[in-house]
Amino acid sequence: MPTSQISTLERTSGWAKFGRYSLLTLIAVIVLLPVYAVVMQAFKTGAGAMDHPRSLLPVDLTTETIRVAWTKGDMGTLMRNSLVMSVLVTIGVLATSLLSAYAFAFLEFPFKRTLFALFLATMLVPAEVTILINKRTIDSFGWKNSMTGLTVPLMATALGTFLIRQVFLQVPSELREAAALDGLGHGRFLYEVAAPLSRPTLGALGLLSFLTTWNQYLWPQTIIDDTEHRTLQIGLSRLSNADINRLNLVTAGTVIAAIPIVILLIVFQRQLVRGLTAGAVKG
Amino acid sequence: MKRRWRDAPTALMMLAPSLALLGLFVFYPLVRAIWLGQQACDNTGNACHSVGWSQYIDVYRSNEFQNALGNTFTFAAITVPLGIILGVGLAIVADKHLRGIGVFRTIFSSTIASSVAVASLIWFVLLNPQLGALANVFDGIFPVLKRPGLLNDGGTALPAVALSSVWAGLGFTFVIVTAALQSIPRDLYESAFVDGAGSWRRFTNVTLPMLSPTLLFIGVVITARAFQAYGEVDLLTQGGPNAAGRPTETIAYFIYGKTSRISNQLGLQSASAVLLFIILLVLSFIQFRVLERRVHYAN
Repeated sequence: MPTSQISTLERTSGWAKFGRYSLLTLIAVIVLLPVYAVVMQAFKTGAGAMDHPRSLLPVDLTTETIRVAWTKGDMGTLMRNSLVMSVLVTIGVLATSLLSAYAFAFLEFPFKRTLFALFLATMLVPAEVTILINKRTIDSFGWKNSMTGLTVPLMATALGTFLIRQVFLQVPSELREAAALDGLGHGRFLYEVAAPLSRPTLGALGLLSFLTTWNQYLWPQTIIDDTEHRTLQIGLSRLSNADINRLNLVTAGTVIAAIPIVILLIVFQRQLVRGLTAGAVKG
Repeated sequence: MKRRWRDAPTALMMLAPSLALLGLFVFYPLVRAIWLGQQACDNTGNACHSVGWSQYIDVYRSNEFQNALGNTFTFAAITVPLGIILGVGLAIVADKHLRGIGVFRTIFSSTIASSVAVASLIWFVLLNPQLGALANVFDGIFPVLKRPGLLNDGGTALPAVALSSVWAGLGFTFVIVTAALQSIPRDLYESAFVDGAGSWRRFTNVTLPMLSPTLLFIGVVITARAFQAYGEVDLLTQGGPNAAGRPTETIAYFIYGKTSRISNQLGLQSASAVLLFIILLVLSFIQFRVLERRVHYAN
């Protein structure tokens, strides 16, 4: 947009700017206050965290609590399980979505509209309705307390199919016809042309899947009841059962648990915004 | 006609993985849950027998379900308006071409990094009367923070759980509204400005109408989240604080919670889950049909 358009509206005086920065800073402080308090407590000993209001000041800092939380909470295992689960589900979602999106965008077959409508209808069914029965299905497959049981049921989503299909529909049909004349089959066309074209959407969808899977709570709680396969979100709560004098072990645990996602968000900020807004305009 | 069938084998192969998974883990359990909703089962969930479709009505009318439904509506009545107002407010404050605005935007969206579990445990500690900094530092102003503590008082527990949910969802609404604000054409503001509209008029006559589809979307998402609220209840109150009243038992917790009265009763759980599904469907339908008329879509 031409800069002259912005200038009339957004030319602001020094005082207005000062006011705006003050407001922004105030809000930032309020938003970050809980985070700050938690980080401070995580770096204190149990006694130091109970010493108010000194507990909020950056004094007497120690990494002891973080270390105890890491070993006592078995957080290495928890983090590995969450990571494996999220990566597997993300790969699964990308693969199944690419394939079904291709079928819906480039192929003609009977009942195509009906099937697509059925796909979309699954978005209306909340997981809370299906988990009761899925738990029993997983049990009967012998998949309880296994990574297979945890990940396989989450590997297909209608949202993924829908988002990638939107990109595929933009591909000119001449391109597909020309490729067919060159003897390019559907598999190779998908792999060499269609998938690379949809890379930005795949990135956004991948990040979104990773985050949603990482944050799953009810599902892993239902499928896993041994310590070996427990994920971060479920395992964290064990720290809150520790004795009251060391309740700041919980804060140390949340700090450790948040770090991978903070890093992920800083690195992939653009893809995340794309992913979230792609979901937002799906209607 | 020939083309319609020629691709069919390829299409079937490509659709097979998604079809199998969605069929087995969405459609089958949905149908099965609807069926089980009229059955009574033993504690293991086997040996079920039919007790009639009226079980749905019995469950709906039961005090326990009505309590959970009321709590869930209260939860939504706090999280939906507060989430929207705070998200929009933050996004508008940060929607300026200023040096360093990126830093503020990153801070405002930072709660995206917290999962339900992380956010709940953060507030669990902050509000804890023994350890919590909030409870102890603001003790003099809000005595309830310390005695008995927000989460331990039947009257304040539900709003406290909702507060943690609003805080956790703030980053999400901020990111969505910011993206929507940036897609509003600047010349709309320009012409409003030329017509002599002040900043409040520009907000009500340009920003709000252009944002309305986004606000509708956010409203639907936060409402659905409220009806699926489980993790925060499980970690913060387990439906309590006092076991009798169940002041924080949401519908999702009523179905799945370890301390719920119907845990281990597959028939009643299924009926409740299907009722949750129907309520959500009706709510989304109302939100889209009724509110859509007031929503302004560009083009």
